[in-house]
Amino acid sequence: MIAYILRSLAQGALVLLAVAFIAFSMFRFVGDPVANMVGQEATLQDRQELRERLGLERPFPVQFAIFVGNAVQGDFGVSYRQARPVSALMVERLPATLELAILSALFATVIGVGFGVYAAIRRDGFLANVVMTVSLVGVSLPTFLIGIGLIYVFAVELRWLPSFGRGETVRIGWWTTGLLTESGLKSLVLPVLTLGFFQLTLIMRLVRSEMLEVMRADFIRFARARGIPERTIEFRHALRNTLIPVVTIAGLQLGSIIAFAIVTETVFQWPGLGSLFVQAVQFADVPVMAAYLVFVAFVFVVVNLLVDLTYVLLDPRLRGGKALAK
Amino acid sequence: MSDPVLSVRDLRVEFHTRRGVLKAIDGVSFDIGKGEVLGVVGESGAGKSVTGSAVIGLIDPPGRIAGGEILLSGQRVDNLPPEEMRKVRGKRIGMIFQDPLTSLNPLYKISEQLIETITTHTDLSPTQARRRAVDLLAEVGIPAPEKRIDSYPHEFSGGMRQRVVIALALCAEPELIIADEPTTALDVSVQAQIITLLKRLGREHGTAIMLVTHDMGVIAETADRVAVMYAGRIAEIGPVHDVVQNPLHPYAEGLMGAIPTLAGEDARLVQIPGSMPRLNRIPPGCAFNPRCGYRFGRCTVDRPDPLPWRGHRVACHLYDAASGPHFLGEGKTLAAAKKPEEAA
Repeated sequence: MIAYILRSLAQGALVLLAVAFIAFSMFRFVGDPVANMVGQEATLQDRQELRERLGLERPFPVQFAIFVGNAVQGDFGVSYRQARPVSALMVERLPATLELAILSALFATVIGVGFGVYAAIRRDGFLANVVMTVSLVGVSLPTFLIGIGLIYVFAVELRWLPSFGRGETVRIGWWTTGLLTESGLKSLVLPVLTLGFFQLTLIMRLVRSEMLEVMRADFIRFARARGIPERTIEFRHALRNTLIPVVTIAGLQLGSIIAFAIVTETVFQWPGLGSLFVQAVQFADVPVMAAYLVFVAFVFVVVNLLVDLTYVLLDPRLRGGKALAK
Repeated sequence: MSDPVLSVRDLRVEFHTRRGVLKAIDGVSFDIGKGEVLGVVGESGAGKSVTGSAVIGLIDPPGRIAGGEILLSGQRVDNLPPEEMRKVRGKRIGMIFQDPLTSLNPLYKISEQLIETITTHTDLSPTQARRRAVDLLAEVGIPAPEKRIDSYPHEFSGGMRQRVVIALALCAEPELIIADEPTTALDVSVQAQIITLLKRLGREHGTAIMLVTHDMGVIAETADRVAVMYAGRIAEIGPVHDVVQNPLHPYAEGLMGAIPTLAGEDARLVQIPGSMPRLNRIPPGCAFNPRCGYRFGRCTVDRPDPLPWRGHRVACHLYDAASGPHFLGEGKTLAAAKKPEEAA
């Protein structure tokens, strides 16, 4: 078990190192950092001095080692455009993105699993067919279209909910939250629906097909032959077996919800990491882009680790050493 | 005379498919008495397993019981509402499936699965149920049951898992156990242990056992009586030693000829030519007639019904006095019915 965790951690560290390398390479290939930092009237000598001060004259591996060393301590340098430490910018934006992403993931998972189970049990029911048809729309419509559609209906026509921003936020330590004010909560509704809708339909369709598969298994038939009530078979025997593959996909989806909230954040002008990244791209703000890249990789690695641990929790075959070799 | 534990009367099972109605079981009747083991043999697709599923009320759609009666200790069970039938399953009828590796839910300890079954069918408290579960495991021959009960299915070998499956089928002391190919997936040495166990349990508890298999060796070893099925009907049913040694039905004769034996100089196994017809291509008359060496005119027209014959019941025109010159009277065996040119 401990070896299993350690190996997952080591793999994660390797992935992060590889991503850090790609992020670091951007500095060399996306424009000259010195040209970005000094004004046009700077002399060649000024430039050379800055170059030495920033350590750009040192060999590439040494520079990379320093970059990784700083990154581990949360130091990604200074934003070219805003002239503030990148880490401070990211910490400022993090709560907005995390609140949006976690609420979306909760919404998608709870409703998705619920509807999926329902659609599997009532395979030929009218409501189940309606749900499946609507889910097809969710899978095929692009996120920004759903967002714009929701804005049109609920913000423009009905005027029930705001169309952009976070509303009022409350500061708790370094964390800002929109969960404690009415306008904050109202502002969350549309972005959460938009970001979660695709994941919801995906999870729902996955749960349904996995559940139908499991319901055909021998042990379900045997449970019926033992006279176990059908509800117990569905929720005790079938659902837990269904969740193992679902956790993988849902986990990866949680990663992409946090990492790629970019479209939703842009549509709703949400002051999160996604919109920070979009601005950084527009201004070739390489330190911010690099930090965002490493952050995304970090989120995926952590989520994957959690998924692996959830497997062990769900599936006793993975506990104890020998089964892990498979 | 007391009622037999299981009495199946003229059972018909149909599968409604897009290509029409398939008759998987077409007029099957048999009884199983207290403590008796009835072996059901036949080729794949003969309807052995479907018969078992019909008795326990678990025919997969689009299949359904189209006619006949199933009586359990004199009470009809084929027309019970689903919830009533659920209470019969596991409590009055236990079932054992072919593959012990997939019959148990991999995510729950066997203690959880046993206690779940016991508390579903009895009023025992979880603590009492656990004690009963330990006793059951001891009875089916699991060593150190107090320790092993909290293991997961994957921590047992195939044979041990089949013992757990049997313990699960025994949870509520059922009157009838349907064992559907219980040894097919196991090693030969383990097969013998499981068979011995089933026989012992049947004897000790007076449980009736319906043993479905295509393995004649297992039948000869275990069963009191045997039913030979072909294309959804019973060809011959009778005491096991009679049927094995002096089969009456030409198909039964063919099946017995295909059992390998160590003794005997003629090491060549006898094959039955051809294969069993698919359910949508059953020929008119006797379903076996295209493969039968004893066929005569009536066989391709008339469907034979099982008629009593010297303690058996056999569905073959050779044993029907109405067949005229082809009728095998008292004392004549199948050999006498061989066509002259073949007998010579």
